Amino acid sequence: MENIQKKEGQRLLSIYYTAGYPTLDSTLPIAKELANAGADFLEIGFPYSDPVADGPVIQHSSEQALINGMCVEKLFEQLKDLRQEVKIPVFLMGYFNPVLQYGVQRFCEACKAVGVQGVIIPDLPISEYEDLYADIFKANNLSNIFIVTPQTSEDRILKIDKLSTSFIYLLSSNSVTGSTLEVGESTAAYFQRIQDMNLKNPLVIGFGIATKETFDKATDIADGAIIGTAFVRQLASPNYMERIKDFIEEIKG
Amino acid sequence: MSKYQVNEKGYYGNFGGAYIPEMLYPNVEELRQQYLSIIEEPEFQAAYNQLLRDYVGRPSPLYLAPRLSERYGANIFLKREDLNHTGAHKINNTIGQILLAERLGKKRIIAETGAGQHGVATATVCALKGLECIVYMGAIDIERQAPNVARMKMMGAKVVAATSGSQTLKDATNEALRDWINNPLDTHYIIGSVVGPHPYPDMVARFQSIISEETKRQLLEKTGTDSPDYVLACVGGGSNAAGMFYHFLDDEQVALIAIEAAGHGVDSGETAATTALGKEGVLHGSRSILMQTADGQVVEPYSISAGLDYPGIGPQHAWLFKSGRGKYVSITDDEAMQAGLRLTQLEGIIPAIESAHALAYLEKMTFKKSDNVVVCLSGRGDKDLDNYMKYFDL
Ligand SMILES: Cc1ncc(COP(=O)(O)O)c(C=O)c1O
Repeated sequence: MENIQKKEGQRLLSIYYTAGYPTLDSTLPIAKELANAGADFLEIGFPYSDPVADGPVIQHSSEQALINGMCVEKLFEQLKDLRQEVKIPVFLMGYFNPVLQYGVQRFCEACKAVGVQGVIIPDLPISEYEDLYADIFKANNLSNIFIVTPQTSEDRILKIDKLSTSFIYLLSSNSVTGSTLEVGESTAAYFQRIQDMNLKNPLVIGFGIATKETFDKATDIADGAIIGTAFVRQLASPNYMERIKDFIEEIKG
Repeated sequence: MSKYQVNEKGYYGNFGGAYIPEMLYPNVEELRQQYLSIIEEPEFQAAYNQLLRDYVGRPSPLYLAPRLSERYGANIFLKREDLNHTGAHKINNTIGQILLAERLGKKRIIAETGAGQHGVATATVCALKGLECIVYMGAIDIERQAPNVARMKMMGAKVVAATSGSQTLKDATNEALRDWINNPLDTHYIIGSVVGPHPYPDMVARFQSIISEETKRQLLEKTGTDSPDYVLACVGGGSNAAGMFYHFLDDEQVALIAIEAAGHGVDSGETAATTALGKEGVLHGSRSILMQTADGQVVEPYSISAGLDYPGIGPQHAWLFKSGRGKYVSITDDEAMQAGLRLTQLEGIIPAIESAHALAYLEKMTFKKSDNVVVCLSGRGDKDLDNYMKYFDL
């Protein structure tokens, strides 16, 4: 699996949103619109009843998606024609239990079949991934994206870099989703520390990116940034489809 | 090393582990690296034992209940955790964890609670140590358990309503985990049962193991053998049962019986009978047995007893169940309520409705006259008077 690509000077923008929210069938239309509007890659969340790493906005979108009838099976059905409709890289993001119930092997095969590039499963630990699942991911040419926080030790970051493909998900602070990015002294030092490690994977900053200003700050330091909560909030509006283009243009400016 | 205890990777058989996001890793890893060495320090042991004795009131009696014994035709012993300070076994664990938190230099304590028993036990030890205490409790439980909310507040704890999801214990646990993610440095999370990521299930079981440690000694004094024929305990997350089973795990002649809450019946759709209905899954950081949909969404449990109202069980219990070492059964609301009344009338002890589930199973067993049976009376029924009053129209 190749790393996500960027041109010289480009700031990569990725958007996270929850499949099946605001309506069951909005998953693919939103992806198409985001790609048209200029997003560089996507994370599509599949919902779980107990999303411990998420703040209230994404929790709410997951809850509503479940009420709407979203599930892993349904998501793969909706993404059947993904590669004809959406050309930018797509990652799936969610918690481990729905994957375990679907079957890890079956899940990875389905990702490959629809053309998903990688997955982000925050509560699948590195050791379990290595011992039980890494071979399955590799066999399906699927990236497993790992998260690094300001508290992650250097040894662990090096290990993560070795296991990673596509990109490393760098958290701006140790927090659940929906926090605000503050690039104070300690955050700047943390980003500097990681840049100095010269990792082989691109770095993408997530959690707390909401505006052009925070996006620019994040992409001054990293290859790209992910916006989740601020985008999901937009989806609560009745004319959310029309607003997607403006939202992306506003950020990329 | 017992095959029923946690292995070096944090697993019981294929259950356990630490299925946590990277944001929790430093906290959990710090605990994992330090908990055993701290617990084994002589100063820690001395402080723990002193508090258990002078503050909690241990050892709790092992009481040979004469009229229950007559009814069932065997020697029925009650391990009286109901006589502990704050009225349940929960305090054994919070005393241990607060000492550990102190040793780790933590300033801020968080906890989840369902019925409020663990919340009260946590608020109690925080008052004792002068530490900041935040208890997450489902908004619905806050309404149902007003006296325990008042107790926690009197002791200076801040009770925060969990308004997400189903607004009960599982959601309070989610909120506590989120708080821990957001406060990675100064906070210790006191989990209230043998659930959560490794090392919690093992750590909590160790703190509760005092129950079986005392039982062995007391039984030897009373009967000449330290090996009972049957040991019974109710299971929510499984901490009183883990403590009651701990020193009998490798003594395979001792039958271990764990009693889950069937609610309105295993097939009623309103139940917390996890082993009867659950499948292998991951919740709150460990791989265990879990009540869930085919798509892996956690199903909301139901029981009349708030302390048994949890959709999973600790990973050690999942392993005892799967390996056949333990027998896992369930008792309905009605059976438990009748057993609660029966103990009150035969022995003058009002049990917690949780503990009444364990007592109810005696009705379904057959004994030899010489059998020694120990039931863990995990808590007293004061907190449940409202429920008893409603149920029996008192
Ligand atoms: C008296 C009593 N018994 C049992 C339980 C169930 O917890 P566990 O299974 O961890 O012992 C509770 C929980 O609140 C309780 O208060």
